[in-house]
Amino acid sequence: MNPVSSPKSPGSINPHEAIHRDPEMVIFGFWVFMMSDLIFFGVVFAIYITMVGATAGGPGPKELFDFGSLFAQTMLLLTSSLTAGIATVIVKHERSRAAFLFWVVITLLLGMGFLALELYDFAGMAEKGGVPQRSGYLSAFFGLVPLHGLHVTFGCLWMIVLIVQVFTMGLGDVVKLRFLRLALFWHFLDLIWIGIFSVVYFGGWVYG
Amino acid sequence: MNNLDYGWLGKLNWDSLVFSGFLERPSVSEAVASVAGSIVILATVGILFLLTWFKVWGTLWRDWLTSTDHKRIGIMYIVFAIVMLVRGLLEGMVMRAQQAAAPEGFLYADHFAQLFSTHGTIMVFFVAVPFLVGLINFAMPLQIGARDVAFPVLNQISLAVTVSSGILLMVSLVVGQFSTGGWSAYPPYTGADFSPGVGPDYWIWAIVFSGAGTTLTGINFTVTVYKCRGPGMHLFRMPLFCWTVLCASILMIFAMPPLSVAALMLGLDRYLDFHFFTNDLGGNMMNYANLFWLFGHPEVYLLVLPAYGIFSEVFSTYSAKTLYGYKSLVIATMCIAILSFTVWLHHFFTMGQSPTINIAFGIATMLIAVPTGVKVYDWMATMYRGRIRFTTPMVYAIGFLILFVIGGLSGVILANPTVDFQVHNTLFLVAHFHNVLIPGVLFGILAGYNYWFPKAFGFRLNDKWGKRSAYLWFAGFMVTFFPLYGAGLLGMPRRSFSYADLTFKPYMIVAFIGAMIVLAALISLVIQFIVSIRDRKKTQVPVGDPWDGRSLEWNSPAPVPAYNFVEIPKVTDRDAFTEAKEHGEAYKRPKVYRDIELPKNNPLGFILCVVSGILMFALVWYIWWLALISALTILVAVIAATFRKETEYIIPASQLEKDTEAWLALVEKSEAVSRDLEDSPRNVGLAKLEI
Ligand code: HEM
Ligand SMILES: [Cu+2]
Repeated sequence: MNPVSSPKSPGSINPHEAIHRDPEMVIFGFWVFMMSDLIFFGVVFAIYITMVGATAGGPGPKELFDFGSLFAQTMLLLTSSLTAGIATVIVKHERSRAAFLFWVVITLLLGMGFLALELYDFAGMAEKGGVPQRSGYLSAFFGLVPLHGLHVTFGCLWMIVLIVQVFTMGLGDVVKLRFLRLALFWHFLDLIWIGIFSVVYFGGWVYG
Repeated sequence: MNNLDYGWLGKLNWDSLVFSGFLERPSVSEAVASVAGSIVILATVGILFLLTWFKVWGTLWRDWLTSTDHKRIGIMYIVFAIVMLVRGLLEGMVMRAQQAAAPEGFLYADHFAQLFSTHGTIMVFFVAVPFLVGLINFAMPLQIGARDVAFPVLNQISLAVTVSSGILLMVSLVVGQFSTGGWSAYPPYTGADFSPGVGPDYWIWAIVFSGAGTTLTGINFTVTVYKCRGPGMHLFRMPLFCWTVLCASILMIFAMPPLSVAALMLGLDRYLDFHFFTNDLGGNMMNYANLFWLFGHPEVYLLVLPAYGIFSEVFSTYSAKTLYGYKSLVIATMCIAILSFTVWLHHFFTMGQSPTINIAFGIATMLIAVPTGVKVYDWMATMYRGRIRFTTPMVYAIGFLILFVIGGLSGVILANPTVDFQVHNTLFLVAHFHNVLIPGVLFGILAGYNYWFPKAFGFRLNDKWGKRSAYLWFAGFMVTFFPLYGAGLLGMPRRSFSYADLTFKPYMIVAFIGAMIVLAALISLVIQFIVSIRDRKKTQVPVGDPWDGRSLEWNSPAPVPAYNFVEIPKVTDRDAFTEAKEHGEAYKRPKVYRDIELPKNNPLGFILCVVSGILMFALVWYIWWLALISALTILVAVIAATFRKETEYIIPASQLEKDTEAWLALVEKSEAVSRDLEDSPRNVGLAKLEI
């Protein structure tokens, strides 16, 4: 995936030397970073799985999860991945800046909607006594799910910064490349969410 | 828990200062602590004073603190690691003195526990890792023919958080007390119930921040090796050091996250009353043990692989032979990297899993001896019929070869669960891991330091004092740690500040004498440095190739200019520089001089170093407002950095022409010296072609 045209190297510089702006390298670096982040999530997932039974008499998945809200969260996040994809296509075909911004803003709003619902869910859980201090199981839950939420928060922040940069720096190669990385990150978060949904929520519904 | 109920200064008050302990209950133990605290303060003040006195702040800021040059970042890593090495070694001495003096002793149990906790933490995370990362930063991009690492500013940031974590550890000598939970910080002991003080919090934040730095470094190095190699530098033409760097970097990417997770979860337990690893309410300490060693075992290979790489370079250069069995060395490196993830359970054979699991992990552990054995034979074969010169790095390498095999064999013994049941948690284990870490990692580091020093600073280190130091290291290491095998077999537990059974005492006295020899080795190292600076006029090697080097890093003036190479050399084979020298391709004028683009200086690293230090301190002491402000500052600084437009500067072709012509003229008029004269003042860095 290399939709951005190669940076134009100034006059007499040997093209081979302009390593720091090589888009392929930057994207590859980001893949490597995500690999590391995936391990991070993987380990937290593993801990969660070992602690599923450790409710210590406190509330478990069946009592705590609100599947209506979860369905809505999933839809918001999946749609936002789609809109991020549309924005990617626009960047790729160098279409208009306005269209690009439009889809980024939609993605941002969907992401924030997801976060709002997630927080609402957590508050609901807390009402039913589902706080992380209650049991090992709940600690593991609150170690895993908000970790994803925190990533989404950073993604949103990143989008805001990019929107500002489109205005201040223009939609040049630098900003485009940043957006491509953000899009990768955003799809990655989708993937993690599917993991959370299957293991934590669906698993909790089946076995909880 | 009412963690939010602290005042403006959090938990901090006058009693937190180390000196108050001495004033309240004067004793030798408190005096030792106070002296250590005073040294930190005096050294800081002294350094600040000297920097001002010699008016070097400007240079320091421009050439170092804001530099994005991989070589300078590497050197800063190494300087930092040396400072920490001195502290770590001194702590080792104090512990040896305590055990030699036991049962009377002179330290409180608590103080002794802090010593082994900081010593272990420092040696692993703040000496071995940064020293290696420094050497890699310096040498690896040069070896693959790159202008810099893939992400120079990220490199700065990694250094920044590593250093600020180290500073946090220094601060712990003055305010508050460090953890008493060892370098592995096992809960529930390090949880809030058993360790309510700030000690484990110091450990947690130092580990989380420096660990993040190491992960980022791993990403940076991996991408550098994959994407920044010069023309013709195929993977299988890379010097072996680069291969070990690649494998170690991949270990950093995969092995650091479990540690970060473990430390953060421990933090959640302590700060927010979670129950990941507590005894009650469903917590499970075994999860910690698994996470920690899922990191911990690969970590030791993360340390030793680059050291293997350094030794490979040293053996081949000073034997004047191409590395024997290059492919097998590469494959062995990869095997070790992979196997290192399959053995972590050997760290808790005794903690209740089934014999089947134990034996599986025991066998997996023993398997690592196979690729390691391959390497040892390859190194020996490299020396066979070579033109060996006994330079300081070579002395270290040979000492490593012998002593490391002993350490490795004691590891194979420990890999047998039945044996491990007898000797785990005894000094046998302490002897074993020092026996691999000191010859394996520390000697590797010191060999690399002696080997690349002339490249970095343009003059050689004194060989006589270098060898003295090396021999003292060998002797000191053996006298200190071999008796511990015996004491361990007799059943002396590790981490004991005192003991009732006086059978152990003679062993401890011998070990103490050994530690004094190690101290002499350290002092020799310092003397070597001073003497070398004094004599630098006579040992200059401006041409840049003092050892008849075989890889590309020797193909440039010493010290290396910011741009590394005027023209990236084309590589056609392994031992690229030797190849070039043989075909008369070295020291050739480039056909055209082209401008070179380099990353600009950037203050981001320095800012993050200061602010993350403040953040960690605030977190340790529960000063929430300060933590919030510094966290936001970090966020703002990082975002602001992404708004920078001009991130590169250009070195004009005219400048390059001037530099290069001067260098070539120097080559022209320099005398090429044979390998035998390597250590004489006639060696100005131009090696005579000898085949
Ligand atoms: C040559 C000088 C050294 C001396 C005299 C020394 C001494 C000691 C002593 C006395 C202990 C405590 C043993 C016990 O608890 O019974 C210890 C522990 C340890 N040392 Fe060293 N050491 C030295 C070098 C190193 C090096 C170079 C490394 C690593 C690169 C290292 C890593 C460790 C670790 C990880 C521990 C375990 C700490 C713990 O128990 O949590 N040491 N050392
Ligand atoms: Cu291990």
